[in-house]
Amino acid sequence: MRTIIAAAAVLVLALLPLAAPWLQFVLTLAIAKGFAALGVAVLLRAGLISIGHAMFFAASAYAVAFLARAGINDLGLLLILSVLSGALVGAIAGSFLVRYRAIFFAMLNLAVSMVFYALCAKLYGVTGGTDGMPVPVPAVFGIVLGEPAFASVLFYLSLVLMVLVGLAVQRYLNSPLGHALSAVHTNEIRLEYLGIPVWAVLLIAYVVSAALAGLGGAIASFAIGRVVPDFAFWTASGHLVLIAVLGGIGGVPGAFIGALFLELLHSAAVTVTDSWNLIVGMTLIIVIMFMPQGVYGLFARKEATGL
Amino acid sequence: MLNAIIPLLLDSLASAALIFFAAVGLTLVFSVLRVLNVAHGSLYSIGGYVAASICLFIASRQLNPYLSFLALLFSAVCVAAIFGPLIERGLVRWTYGKSEAVQILITFGLFLILEDLQRVIFGVQSFYEDAPMRLLGTTSIGGVVYLNYQILLIAMALLVVVGLRLLINHTRLGRLITAVVTDREMAQSIGIDTNRIFILAFSLGVFLAALGGALATPTSGIAPGLGADTMVLAFAVAAIGGLGQIEGAALASLIVGLARVLAIYLAPSLDAVAPYAAMLIVLLIRPYGLFGSVTARRI
Repeated sequence: MRTIIAAAAVLVLALLPLAAPWLQFVLTLAIAKGFAALGVAVLLRAGLISIGHAMFFAASAYAVAFLARAGINDLGLLLILSVLSGALVGAIAGSFLVRYRAIFFAMLNLAVSMVFYALCAKLYGVTGGTDGMPVPVPAVFGIVLGEPAFASVLFYLSLVLMVLVGLAVQRYLNSPLGHALSAVHTNEIRLEYLGIPVWAVLLIAYVVSAALAGLGGAIASFAIGRVVPDFAFWTASGHLVLIAVLGGIGGVPGAFIGALFLELLHSAAVTVTDSWNLIVGMTLIIVIMFMPQGVYGLFARKEATGL
Repeated sequence: MLNAIIPLLLDSLASAALIFFAAVGLTLVFSVLRVLNVAHGSLYSIGGYVAASICLFIASRQLNPYLSFLALLFSAVCVAAIFGPLIERGLVRWTYGKSEAVQILITFGLFLILEDLQRVIFGVQSFYEDAPMRLLGTTSIGGVVYLNYQILLIAMALLVVVGLRLLINHTRLGRLITAVVTDREMAQSIGIDTNRIFILAFSLGVFLAALGGALATPTSGIAPGLGADTMVLAFAVAAIGGLGQIEGAALASLIVGLARVLAIYLAPSLDAVAPYAAMLIVLLIRPYGLFGSVTARRI
């Protein structure tokens, strides 16, 4: 039953741009942010809140820009290499960050991401400073496409990736390695007594989550055509946590539902007012306060664990 | 050499004073309410906007310019009186005992609302009103001309450190706060009105943030985005000092101020990196901050 609903939802997403072409960009961006929020959600399973995941989003996006500048012009190759860069940055940062818990984990992620942000914004000669870096339209299997055609290819590729990567992440979360994450949240010491190395469990989760954020960043950089330091600013990270929680845990789809909800809300709000954050902030508070089922799975056991 | 060190030190102290104002309220609120208020930076910038508006009003009516000093204080009191109880009762109280993710998200929602409200009310142009700074003039220290206003900032920050210490150690309210911080349930069971303590502590935190914003306007002006920048800087300082440690926040402000000024002197392009790099280094060596500890938390 669930599979049928999910398949129908994907089908509707695939058909939407045919009915309303302007939605295509919005949906591509929503899927990109959904990947990043999924990364945040993976860590949330272990009770770890990262206010810094926009860094991996930005790191991959910058990797795309640098690789493109170096002359690599193939979409597939760029995607793979940039996601690997995101994962690599994640492995480096994660290797020391997974020692921390609770508020200190959140803050250290924030610190690392702000160092990254400040470097991107200040090293004008390398990254173009706040002007950012352009991301040219890449070739797809050697075929150079026009911008509208490429946008369509990117959207449907993102959609396919959403399904494939989503299934893979679902499998990961249902594997012993994934269940160990919830165990870290519930009772970390018990896990250690069982002989399971907590740091390894968390480091793997951290690299997976960084790679997911990186995939989102790479897709976003192609969709937007430019990378700017603001990709890595802490408020962007805050939005990712927001998306992860808004969607509720509902397994993997939650992150994408949250991202879709926020991007559509954004598109609707900007037509009314520039102050769309006002609307987003109020929605967020209302959802968390009055619709606890939206965040049910995440926080159902919070009383017992005390994070 | 000495000629270079003195202005460097004074600059760092003044810079540290402003950072301290932003961080100490956050620290106080965290230690009493156990809530990390992500909207703290917005309250700092609101304090700045209100102060600048009143100062500009004073200037436009050609009232006594010394009134602008009062305006700085007055705006902080106003912001604290309005926003303190409102936010604590309306929003933050609801998150007590909930997970940190909920607390961070609720206050992040508040941050988004407050940031856009400022944009709606005060527009996107920057505010600049330097009357209080000009009135105080300059002093020459070691052959270097120095703004008296910056010395005032340092004095005010010292006043806050001493004042908070006196409040906590030597007043009845301070003892009540300490009791609540040490053991919330025990405090409640012996009849301390924790709700009132929470409102007071939160409002005091808002006051310190708004005061910081108000005091910052004459030197640096105020513009959209300041709230977000201040927030993350206050985070860094609070974390370096050890969450919930007032003296820790003071020392951390000094470290960050010094790091920033050194960066400006030595590698100007890296000034924005310095505070976070300092935070990273400190937290890697001492995971719970300079004064922090895992088990016992005091203020």
